[in-house]
Amino acid sequence: MTPTPLRPDLAAVAAAVPEGARVLDIGCGDGRLLAWLRDTKGVEGRGIELDAGDVAAAVGRGLAVVQGDADTDLGDYADGAFDVVILSNALQAMQRPADVLAQLVRIGRSAVVSFPNFGHWRVRLSLTWGGRMPVTRSLPVSWHETPNIHFCTIADFEALARDMRLTVQQRSGLAAGRPVSLWPNLLADTGVFVLSR
Amino acid sequence: MDTRFGLDRRVTLAGDFPLAGGGVLPELTIAYETYGTLNANRSNAILVCHALTGDQYLASTHPITGKPGWWTRLVGPGKPVDPDQWFVICANVLGGCMGSTGPSSPDPRDGQPFAMRFPVITLADMVAAQVRLLDHLGIERLAAVVGGSMGGMQALTWAVNHGDRVQKVVAIATAARHSAQNIAFHEVGRQAIMADPMWAGGAYAPDRPPAAGLAVARMAAHITYLSEEGLTAKFGRRLQNRDAVSFGFDADFQVESYLRHQGLSFVERFDANSYLYITRAMDYFDLAQPFGGNLARAFAGTASRFCLVSFTSDWLYPTAESRRIVRALNAAGAPVSFVELESPFGHDAFLLDAPEMNRVVHGFLSA
Repeated sequence: MTPTPLRPDLAAVAAAVPEGARVLDIGCGDGRLLAWLRDTKGVEGRGIELDAGDVAAAVGRGLAVVQGDADTDLGDYADGAFDVVILSNALQAMQRPADVLAQLVRIGRSAVVSFPNFGHWRVRLSLTWGGRMPVTRSLPVSWHETPNIHFCTIADFEALARDMRLTVQQRSGLAAGRPVSLWPNLLADTGVFVLSR
Repeated sequence: MDTRFGLDRRVTLAGDFPLAGGGVLPELTIAYETYGTLNANRSNAILVCHALTGDQYLASTHPITGKPGWWTRLVGPGKPVDPDQWFVICANVLGGCMGSTGPSSPDPRDGQPFAMRFPVITLADMVAAQVRLLDHLGIERLAAVVGGSMGGMQALTWAVNHGDRVQKVVAIATAARHSAQNIAFHEVGRQAIMADPMWAGGAYAPDRPPAAGLAVARMAAHITYLSEEGLTAKFGRRLQNRDAVSFGFDADFQVESYLRHQGLSFVERFDANSYLYITRAMDYFDLAQPFGGNLARAFAGTASRFCLVSFTSDWLYPTAESRRIVRALNAAGAPVSFVELESPFGHDAFLLDAPEMNRVVHGFLSA
């Protein structure tokens, strides 16, 4: 059975995961990424997901997924319990993003974090010219209904990583799933970082 | 046709059966049923463990009540535990009253019922008896052990005490220990039985049981299996076959009538002394206790995979207890899945239609 191809932002996250790694995917949804990593890279994966329906779907894929909340439950995991901890497209929904980041690099030898870039030109345009909160491809939900409460730009994230003295092993920006090398804080809709302590 | 397999089986295993509390049973009888076919390499066996008042009639008609098996929503053709695929075993627990050795069994030393001479047993003893049964059936390793409530406690005990013999553990609506509140409700039930003069120190004749006491025990326990929301939805303050309250002590309210019915019908199928012994075993249950109170140590080195399910309105074994188990399993590095499912039906939710639960269990067992 050939695994279904991943969404481009997940593919960028997956690319940062080495073969056979022990992986914890926080906010793993229905387990698409974990299942893909298991089937193509032989990783030993675990997941945490808030939504019961998604947990059921992920367990249905044969994954070990625990219903839980990244804001409160990460303290249960031992230091260095995983090779890689993934937080894809969820940092902006955390109550305390900095605390969660600290947990990621504590639990994992490295952490892969992806997030929508609030510095993307469409966002800037929407605010500057429209005077409205953006609704874009990577931010599809209106401000009053979005679970996203802590937006940041790629530059903001860099600054936080610096303040927290985290090592940035890799950084990349994606626009519509393609890598952006020029002015990522303006042209990328998604940031993908690999961090460690 | 192997006579060890099929419906309504019973086996007496000779030889001492030592108990955790220090007692010894001179022999062990286990009443059980099997469904489906054991495959050639004996790798498709699933043991289903029943709850406090359950029995081996998991998926076949109950001989006393005439009702369908107690977990046909999970076990059966097209269900997550499908006998077409799995060889399913369910045994009456040690201490039970549906054919396995219990307080109503004759003591082989004098032919009289054990009654209160029966030694106090534990969940570990119940599981050890199941291990003996598996040896008898020639099954070295279970593909899975599945249970809800007290059945879940047995499933967890399997992992801790006999981990090399179980691949996957499904523990639903359960806990790794009995809480003060759990013990308290059980004590109410036991005192109701023992306060009934018919109980007679446990030495009642089979046809003259302490029915009133056992019925009250069941009524109290039954409330803990439901939820306030569920009771309100089902009964509210509605009256039973009358337009106004009677200013007396008849069952004016539907909920009273319902509980009385639950109590009376329970007495038809359950033994009071068994109720004492099994509730006691549950109260003594604390998986972490032999490990200095550290539940993670209880699971250390386990090679089993775990799946836990809890229900939002279950206040008997609430989600917090499942989460405690999940935390311990995570700390022990064991692969664990856990989900809390939405239900208004309280603890009983695991026995009712729960499509999400079925989906999770099916996915977990087939992966």
